[in-house]
Amino acid sequence: MTAAAAIELPIGADEDIVRIRQLVRTKAQEVKLSLVDQTKVVTAASELARNTLTYGGGGRVVIDVPTNGRRVGIRARFIDEGPGIPDLDLALTEGWTSGKGMGLGLSGSRRLVDEFTLDTEVGRGTTVTIVKWSR
Amino acid sequence: MERIPILKIGDVLLVSIQIDLQDRDVLALQEDLSEQICDTGARGVVIDISAVDIVDSFIGRMFATIASTSRLFDATTVVVGMRPAVAITLVELGLTLGNVRTALNLEKGLAILRQIGGTRADVLGHADDDQPVDR
Repeated sequence: MTAAAAIELPIGADEDIVRIRQLVRTKAQEVKLSLVDQTKVVTAASELARNTLTYGGGGRVVIDVPTNGRRVGIRARFIDEGPGIPDLDLALTEGWTSGKGMGLGLSGSRRLVDEFTLDTEVGRGTTVTIVKWSR
Repeated sequence: MERIPILKIGDVLLVSIQIDLQDRDVLALQEDLSEQICDTGARGVVIDISAVDIVDSFIGRMFATIASTSRLFDATTVVVGMRPAVAITLVELGLTLGNVRTALNLEKGLAILRQIGGTRADVLGHADDDQPVDR
């Protein structure tokens, strides 16, 4: 597989979440994830894009196709310049919610992917990166 | 934004979700269904999601909300046709659909409503259609 350029999409409105789901689905199919793995990564992307919109005040997502030896995967970085997350442990706690959701966004999407990293700084913003590898 | 059609068949409202739902479509459907249940006095709601390829926490919460709201109007909600990949993902995401009843397909969903309807012969066709009869 030739390394494709990363694709960036804005996260500023409702319909952007749908667009991101569709792009992640297309990329996940391209790298031949199983149907279940496609569904998992698209669902995680949907949760995280909504987090970026709701809590980060909007931002963008960068999607690319990394390789790791023989494996190929899909990576999505959700970037916002919002308020940041003051208490990361708390935010990652199952069921904890700041009030608008069910408290599944971060903890739930972490379980759906192979790699999950979260960089956040109060006052500077949050970046969540997920990777799902083909089997 | 797209309005999702709600069909009335006897005492049952039938919704088949055929589009990639935006958050506002989800909220609109929630409101439309409550109004329709109230206006028609429907006893059952069937939501067919056989064409839905992801259910995230936002959509999942809609099912729970519709189920709770319909109960206030003495109606039962059944979600039917969930795809296997969606079911696996929901469980890993940690989303329990609370009091939402589910059935494998539309036929089984209607059977559940008929059972609940009990002897109400007018609910879904004739109650005795299901009984073997001697001719």
